[in-house]
Amino acid sequence: MTMLATGKRPAPGGSTVSRPARSGASSVGRPGFAWALPATIFFALFALVPLAAVAVLSFTSWSGLGDPRFVGLENWETLIADPVMLKSLWLSLLFIVLGVVTQTPLSILLGVWAAGNQRNRAVLSAIYFVPLLLSSAAISVLWRALLDPNFGIPGQLSWLFGDGNLLGTQSGAIGVLIFVGMWQFTPFHTLIYQGAARGIPHVLYQAAEIDGAGRVRQFFSITLPQLRNTAITSIILMVVGGLTTFETVLILTNGGPGTDTTITAFYMYQEAFQSFDFGVGSAIALVLVVVATAISLVVVKVSGYDKMNSSLEGL
Amino acid sequence: MKTRPNYLAGVGSFLWLLVVAIPLYVMISGTFQTRAEFGDNGPLAFPTSFTLQNYVDAIASGFGRYFLNTVVVTVGVVAIVLLLVPPLSYAIVRSQSRAASFVFRFFLLGLAIPAQAVIVPVFYLINAVGLYDNLIGVILPTAAFALPICTLILSGTMRDITGELYEAMAMDGASPARAFFRLVLPLSKGGLSTIAVFSALQAWNGFLFPLILTQSENTRVVTLGLFNFQTQYGINIPGLLAAVTLSMVPVLLVYLFARRALVQGLMGAGGK
Repeated sequence: MTMLATGKRPAPGGSTVSRPARSGASSVGRPGFAWALPATIFFALFALVPLAAVAVLSFTSWSGLGDPRFVGLENWETLIADPVMLKSLWLSLLFIVLGVVTQTPLSILLGVWAAGNQRNRAVLSAIYFVPLLLSSAAISVLWRALLDPNFGIPGQLSWLFGDGNLLGTQSGAIGVLIFVGMWQFTPFHTLIYQGAARGIPHVLYQAAEIDGAGRVRQFFSITLPQLRNTAITSIILMVVGGLTTFETVLILTNGGPGTDTTITAFYMYQEAFQSFDFGVGSAIALVLVVVATAISLVVVKVSGYDKMNSSLEGL
Repeated sequence: MKTRPNYLAGVGSFLWLLVVAIPLYVMISGTFQTRAEFGDNGPLAFPTSFTLQNYVDAIASGFGRYFLNTVVVTVGVVAIVLLLVPPLSYAIVRSQSRAASFVFRFFLLGLAIPAQAVIVPVFYLINAVGLYDNLIGVILPTAAFALPICTLILSGTMRDITGELYEAMAMDGASPARAFFRLVLPLSKGGLSTIAVFSALQAWNGFLFPLILTQSENTRVVTLGLFNFQTQYGINIPGLLAAVTLSMVPVLLVYLFARRALVQGLMGAGGK
């Protein structure tokens, strides 16, 4: 999203009527469109064409063998009548909301702290970022082992965790998934906030200090408002990330107990690649794309991000 | 300006450090214990013995092969990214054609497409061209989904090359290709290493495409190996932890030696 703002090119394109390829000095370092073609075609083939194809496939029946067969609205009717689908959408929403409200405050605090100039900061932040480097699969397998009811941490700290079977109840399983999501993604969002906090002009704090504003006042009156754009970027990434959470659900809970953690992205995988109903799977995938886009647009609208020109307004 | 240390944030950061560090400690200390000891003393206890048997078991269960497969996928993805992204970024930053700025928006849009949304058609496509259960079939979509972010990072770097430098090349009557190889590429080394490291990380940690596009043990990558290991030997916790640790070692080594490139790439991924 901030990327759109940085999308201004130094040389505004436009009036390039009949420019010969090599007309001396002016064409130097002015590559033609052909330079962009290979990557564009490659990307279109694996991302854009499939995106269109998923819409088409959602009106077909295909079991993975033979050719997809057109069935009209059948898949959509199945989905609308499917209680698991509806439940999965609510669960996805719950995941997104819980993810945003747990990760955002923590990563703002850590990011602002890490942007400061404490002595031990560099060493500590090196450790903070380790979870960021690990695959979701490794993280999920690690936490599944750590939370094992018999051999894991809950068994050792039974005064804290009761019988230790955290993944056996819906609230326990959701709690674990949210916590592992926090463990995994807080470093990334911390990094974003850290970069943004470093970019806040120092004069703002100097002015506040002259006005006698304390540290807490400075945080709420300067730091937070200045991080607004970053927060929107970060929240949109959390929304899309939460909506597409997959490995952690597959490995930690497998959607269970029952279908109690079957979020939409996981349900799509189950329908397509475990029940071999690729038509329904495509319909769910399309729902995912639409929901992700819609939520992102709402966040942008509600925050007024699209009308904002600069985070440095009023300077 | 001199700032006082912020004690509150310091304490909060320390607490989170424990949350991050304790699981990593348990992971590593668990790998050096026997199953019996781990079961008796619990994961948080200090190890009283030392064994490498868990690593031997993990490797014996096929992880050597999985590593090789993951290396092939990673090298393939990085090669495609390094081949396609620099000319694309060059065109985005320097071309005056409308099409190039349209392409840039097209790739920004691509950032928002989750891989989950397209796995069914990608599965269909890879099947149709006969690349199912073939590492090439994993490499192609993985590389494609690494393109948008790498393009964003590299075109950011290339924008920093000033117009005067191009004009200096113009004096020599250089072609766009010559400017690309003699000027743009040498001055984008930082960005190039960032996208190489970043796409390597994505490929190394990739799970969804290998999961749906491969099947046999011969094409199994490390992340899938972990998943498989967990479903088969879930009860052997130290062995499982050893496998997880092994899967992390190359990434942690890269982190040690290319920390700057990696962190910059990640920061670029979140916008500034």
